[in-house]
Amino acid sequence: MLDLLSGFVGELRNAGLPVSLTENLDAMEAVKHIPIEDRDAFKYALAATLVKNEQHWRAFETVFEVYFSLRGPEYNVGDPDGNGEFDPESLEEWMSQQMQGMGGRGGGQDMSPEEIAEMLFRALLNADEAMMAAMARAAVTQFAGMEPGRPVGGTYYLYRTLRNLDLDGMLERLVDESAQRYEGELTPLAERLEREEFENRIEQLKREIEAEIRRRLVADRGVEAMAKTLRKPLPEDVDFMHASREEMANIRKAIQPLTRKLAARLARKRKHKRRGPLDFRATVRRSLSYGGVPAEPRFRHPRPNKPELIVVADISGSVAAFARFTLHLVYALQNQFSKVRSFVFIDGIDEVTHMFQNEEDITNAVHRVNTEADVVWVDGHSDYGHAFGVFWENFGKDVNAKSTMMFLGDARNNYHSTNAWVLKECQKRARSVFWLNPEPRSYWDTGDSVITEYSTYTDGVFECRNLRQLEGFVDNLA
Amino acid sequence: MSETIFGDLSGVREGLAKVEYLADDGIASVVYLAERLGKPVLIEGPAGTGKTELAKSVAAMSGARLIRLQCYEGLDEAKALYEWNYKKQLLRIQADRGVDAEHEDWVELQDDIFQDEFLLTRPLLEAISAEDQVVLLIDEVDRVEIETEALLLEILSDYQVSIPELGTIMASQIPLVFLTSNNTRELSEALKRRCLFLHIDYPDLEREKQIVLTKVEGISENLAEQIARVVRSVRQLELKKAPSVSETLDWARTLVLLGIESIDVEQAKQTLHILLKYQSDIEKAAKELTVEA
Repeated sequence: MLDLLSGFVGELRNAGLPVSLTENLDAMEAVKHIPIEDRDAFKYALAATLVKNEQHWRAFETVFEVYFSLRGPEYNVGDPDGNGEFDPESLEEWMSQQMQGMGGRGGGQDMSPEEIAEMLFRALLNADEAMMAAMARAAVTQFAGMEPGRPVGGTYYLYRTLRNLDLDGMLERLVDESAQRYEGELTPLAERLEREEFENRIEQLKREIEAEIRRRLVADRGVEAMAKTLRKPLPEDVDFMHASREEMANIRKAIQPLTRKLAARLARKRKHKRRGPLDFRATVRRSLSYGGVPAEPRFRHPRPNKPELIVVADISGSVAAFARFTLHLVYALQNQFSKVRSFVFIDGIDEVTHMFQNEEDITNAVHRVNTEADVVWVDGHSDYGHAFGVFWENFGKDVNAKSTMMFLGDARNNYHSTNAWVLKECQKRARSVFWLNPEPRSYWDTGDSVITEYSTYTDGVFECRNLRQLEGFVDNLA
Repeated sequence: MSETIFGDLSGVREGLAKVEYLADDGIASVVYLAERLGKPVLIEGPAGTGKTELAKSVAAMSGARLIRLQCYEGLDEAKALYEWNYKKQLLRIQADRGVDAEHEDWVELQDDIFQDEFLLTRPLLEAISAEDQVVLLIDEVDRVEIETEALLLEILSDYQVSIPELGTIMASQIPLVFLTSNNTRELSEALKRRCLFLHIDYPDLEREKQIVLTKVEGISENLAEQIARVVRSVRQLELKKAPSVSETLDWARTLVLLGIESIDVEQAKQTLHILLKYQSDIEKAAKELTVEA
């Protein structure tokens, strides 16, 4: 058990979860108090002691499934000399036979695809969970066509299984069936709810199938190999440029607290610096009571520092994925700062502050920016030089000592002139100028990237490819 | 700590159910472990999912006294741990002077005025020094500044409080400690390391229905089911603030008061403002619910 646990913890660390030594010891201590045959309790015990961030839950779950799935009663692999209790469910047994003879594709496939589909349909309709799980297994056996030793990931098998099951068609059938059941008495609302219920069940089925495939892959290829294949970056390490839709949603959730932090950091100085410059008049007035000796110097009250933010973001095609994220960031910033002005550009530049301000809903706002903002000047390829030139001409006067400027973009200029003097001017006037670049540092200044030319006039260029880096930027800002 | 508060794992669930808190597997396991390991629990999750309620329920279930420390920005030692009652100390000094001024010995006096008698206990110290069984709830710990968090570390790991003038006060019994956080900021590693972590999310359909059934009087099973389904549907929309469990309960109570047996679109729309608190959210949900599936 000890070996297993330390292997498990090692894998968690490999996946990027910060598991400390004390937490490891806690976990060992915790499982002592849990009846070992209660798998769920065991899982929660480990989670409570090892995972201290909700965002890491998925990663934990995957590793857990890989490490402890085979120890379930229906497999009996973890216990080499134990002959195992007899499993009453004949389907289970049939299934494990299948598993052993997987390459041989010999016997036992006595269910036709139609039968499976029909039984699955019944199971979904009646929300029969045991049946759903059993059918998921059967479906995987039937459709996935898993071959031992083949080094492909689970996604391939999952795709093959799902394609054969035609779950979309299944959903329609389910909805029709239930409509018939109530004989057309359903109100639109009830119908909608009914549909959602079925969607939910199908979602559950998909998860079941995925878990089943994973279980078999682990059985086939061993724990370590699988853990490695299934290792996914943690939410804070997901690259903005290649984030999937689901990952994007996670990132979006994480942005909110981050912007609050950013606002706090930028406003922080006023809290720490309690004293302003010497107030000469008050000091002299005060000195009268000491016979003209300025024994007690007086200071002016510091002027509260209201941070103003000017965000200039590239939304061209080369950074499209990053731009999506950028817009969310800008939107989130808008809610935190008293004064934010946002500009977007490709080769032309346009102010979009008002689009974010009047829009309660972020998706609408992003949509409006993408459709209404006037950012194309000639051909819709990035031209930083021109965009900056226009920016300075029209809005340069609004940059003052209170403003912090943030440029977001990869500085790929398509070999146009850079107009770096705009940044120089900005730096002269603004409180600080930062640049966030979504490209890996090693790509900087390759090809048409002119980041160094701009970076001379900023207070720092930061690589910003994932949440961790963004957080680092915010942290260092103090 | 008496080992017999909960018995075993299922005992936790049953005990909590008795005080009308429906725990799922995760919650029950963590509460059970917290008691067994004598470790504090850090509860995180969206607002209104029953984080504070859990601590209260555990207190109610084990018959312990609940001591609550509400965190806020600017919370300090004097309000969280202890404070010297300096007014009383002053009185003590003055009273001394009146009686025998010539015997005034500074050392003696100092010993005299730094004693339990002059100590004002605040929630944390109170929980530590309590003789009876207590549950300590440190609510919304994410609201204090990161520097203040350090205040909690000693008490969380060793269950003791050091007072320079008095020495270290050890806990006579280990209290169950719950910390809640709305996750508005990342808590420090040091704090997290000392705690068991529990994330409470919105309940799934079945559990939400059960919660509605237990907490709302006179509701029919059918209506509870419908409510749970509508709420789940609303939660799937992208809203500023998804409806919490407490809002679901409010909504359910309203519907019962209105004498509604089954929800239709119109009624749902008219009462949406109980479920959602932003105008834009209400409009969006109303629009979504009207669109025919």
